[in-house]
Amino acid sequence: MTRFSAWSVFRNGLRGQQGWDRQWRDPEPKKHYDIVIVGGGLHGLATAYYLAKNHAQKNIAVVEKGWIGGGNAGRNTTIVRSNYYLPGNRQFYEHSLKLWEDLSHDLNYNVMFSQRSHISLLHSPAAVDGAAKRYNTMRLTGTGDAQIWDRDRLMSEVPHLNYSADARFPIIGAAVQKRAGTARHDAVAWGYARAADQLGVDILQNCEVTGTARDGDRITAIETSRGRITADKVGFAVAGNTSRLWQMAGFSTLPIESHKLQAFVSEPLKPLLDQVVVFGVGGAHFYISQSDKGGMVFGGDLDWYKSYAQRGNLPIVQDVAECAVSILPCLGRVRLLRHWSGVMDMSMDGSPFICKTPLANLYLNAGWNYGGFKASPASGWYFADLIANDRPHECIANHNLERFERGINIDERGAGPDPKLHG
Amino acid sequence: MIRINCPFCGERDHSEFSYGGDGSIVYPALDAPVQDWLDAVFQRENIRGVQTESWQHVSGCRQWILVERDTMTHEIHSVRAAHEGVARVLEKKQ
Repeated sequence: MTRFSAWSVFRNGLRGQQGWDRQWRDPEPKKHYDIVIVGGGLHGLATAYYLAKNHAQKNIAVVEKGWIGGGNAGRNTTIVRSNYYLPGNRQFYEHSLKLWEDLSHDLNYNVMFSQRSHISLLHSPAAVDGAAKRYNTMRLTGTGDAQIWDRDRLMSEVPHLNYSADARFPIIGAAVQKRAGTARHDAVAWGYARAADQLGVDILQNCEVTGTARDGDRITAIETSRGRITADKVGFAVAGNTSRLWQMAGFSTLPIESHKLQAFVSEPLKPLLDQVVVFGVGGAHFYISQSDKGGMVFGGDLDWYKSYAQRGNLPIVQDVAECAVSILPCLGRVRLLRHWSGVMDMSMDGSPFICKTPLANLYLNAGWNYGGFKASPASGWYFADLIANDRPHECIANHNLERFERGINIDERGAGPDPKLHG
Repeated sequence: MIRINCPFCGERDHSEFSYGGDGSIVYPALDAPVQDWLDAVFQRENIRGVQTESWQHVSGCRQWILVERDTMTHEIHSVRAAHEGVARVLEKKQ
């Protein structure tokens, strides 16, 4: 495998780009692996990578029913931030952001991580107070780049927003995380796949799990469309379809519902918006950034009913378009290029699960709600740690299935046990 | 757009309705064991296929209804009033 470097790029430029190998192998499944990760999304690939890198595991497979980058890895709005408030979440997402900051070097793959600031617009004194509480907590616990901006500062940094006094929700300030930003989602999937492959991980694409075999309280094998694979340890990382796989493993229910979330991209424009801007007040929920190709990438709420269909509905297209022109009126004549939808694990408190299961050698990574993309490096890091050491790290000690029973829900939004409200 | 045939108002766009959740859940008695309440409040089968779910016609008659819908294709198989007594009265009329 050719390592990417200034020299290798230069040399291949002179040789007609003929010197590059394929980015990862396409191996035949072996009969047995020490560890099998089900799900070749960002979380599964990151888990395999950190198992190999941090825990010196050698015999690992990632099984993916489709192709790398074809699921939610390629269906998000690529936003990375760590502005979380509750204990556990705060440390977890801050760790994730730190991993993002070094990810391109670590993977030897340019994930185009751009720390362009994440700006949440504020529309009332109460919202400013609420944001100050959250962002001060972040500053006190290791996320020093959290800031509250007044309207003048915001106007000088982001001039195109609708600052008119007669807006339905006039903008009076913003909560800002400077180190937050965006990354190129495909590059993250490919980078993790390539780096894991280099450490010996077998990435098995077009390999759909169709069943499992159990022996007492252990999972012994998975049945796949490419044959039976036995494993010492199995990790599930298939957010969106967690419940189905859970039932294949012989269980029944989970504190999860599958909902679909749409994302949108406009035709490419000249540079317009240098930051990630979030608009959320009243019934509105909207987040937007500009990709390096110039497209405005944005999204809003869920489609508001449970669904496994990877296609979005039109009322949300209208809602999101209304939000877009209400905060960025200059987008009024911009045409939509594409919109798509991904299936989310919406959990009962809006927080994920990285935990052990009733089966001794089965581990679960699920329930990522809207937040899976930014979480993926830390998700892989902690899930690998859990699988290798067979105990949860203290950071994720409560990110388990028992927290509801024990009344220690991690409900960042305070929305209660209604999965669709945890946006 | 999904079209839902409200038993009270007729066929309307789903955007007139608000999605409730799993309509098959029966809440246990107040003195039932904690495990039963845990299952009812938090645990979901999360069916991929035909499920019974509740919707409220918030922009119409404001009644709650039970809809059998496929969560993969969004095809609706049946709609009835969520309130048993009301559902019985409506069925008698037909």
